[in-house]
Amino acid sequence: MTRAGQADAAYLLDSAGPTAPPRDNGELVFTAPWESQAFGVALALEDAGRIDWEDFRQSLIREISDWEAAHPTGEGWSYYECWLRALERLVSGQGLVADADLRARRAALAARPAGHDHEDPGHHEHGEPAHH
Amino acid sequence: MTTSREHLDTALRVEALASLLIERGLIDEETVGKFVTTYEQSVGPMNGAKVVAKAWTDPEYRARLLADGTAAIAELEFSGPQGEHIIVVENTATVHHVVVCTLCSCYPWPVLGLPPSWYKDPAYRSRVVREPRQVLREFGLDLGDEVEIRVHDSSSEVRYMVLPERPAGTGDASEEELAALVTRDAMVGVAKVAAP
Repeated sequence: MTRAGQADAAYLLDSAGPTAPPRDNGELVFTAPWESQAFGVALALEDAGRIDWEDFRQSLIREISDWEAAHPTGEGWSYYECWLRALERLVSGQGLVADADLRARRAALAARPAGHDHEDPGHHEHGEPAHH
Repeated sequence: MTTSREHLDTALRVEALASLLIERGLIDEETVGKFVTTYEQSVGPMNGAKVVAKAWTDPEYRARLLADGTAAIAELEFSGPQGEHIIVVENTATVHHVVVCTLCSCYPWPVLGLPPSWYKDPAYRSRVVREPRQVLREFGLDLGDEVEIRVHDSSSEVRYMVLPERPAGTGDASEEELAALVTRDAMVGVAKVAAP
């Protein structure tokens, strides 16, 4: 747990340098590395012609509306959680990555020895995904 | 806020998705990083502020901006995703425009960057349509009853940007000085530009 916290702190410190991100009115664009990663993956998929942005937008609208229907008080809201679910749903729905492969990869990543950097999604030195 | 445990799980889900897409050659890591860096560092409300300052100082540009937002914004070399159809609406002493995306988070990225968290929040998205005067008051903007409020719902077809009123006492200010006064909130319509 502390590792994630430290990664967040480092991320925030990085943002104070000369290349500080836009934060008019004191707000950072992303509040955690996974949010920026989820954002970048969606744009890269669109850029590579793998997804259509309007399809992603429709998927996002559905995730947001489902979340809102299930959480009338609005407590626990995370925009990028909806973004991520919308992306997962679109990617599996369009057959780019099967649901089963995603689940297997999550399990494999979760089983890594402690100390592995969880904040570096591009890092792939881990073992083969678990087989089911 | 999510707990650390939930946070870690979410980070792991993103990692699982990204690593599979990269391994299969569907995206490359460099492009992912490039988009993140661009929207963290290069594209933000400072772009829109330049557009506003130019419109305040150049009446012909202002006319072009109100007639065709996307084209006039592209004159300043601001373009890109989510900026294909930008409509600029002008605030006056009697009409105040405010922007929302009721369904998700449509926003004119090339001029304002990515939206702030309150813009994406369910409360803002539903309430500003129903009770804009009250919501603006909560932002600290108390508009008199004589001011008509128009709420614009951005969508994939059209994204709105507000051209705020130029504050009094800025007659001698340069375009650069004016741009420094313009805030993101003023260009979404939840604030006015304060005099220096």
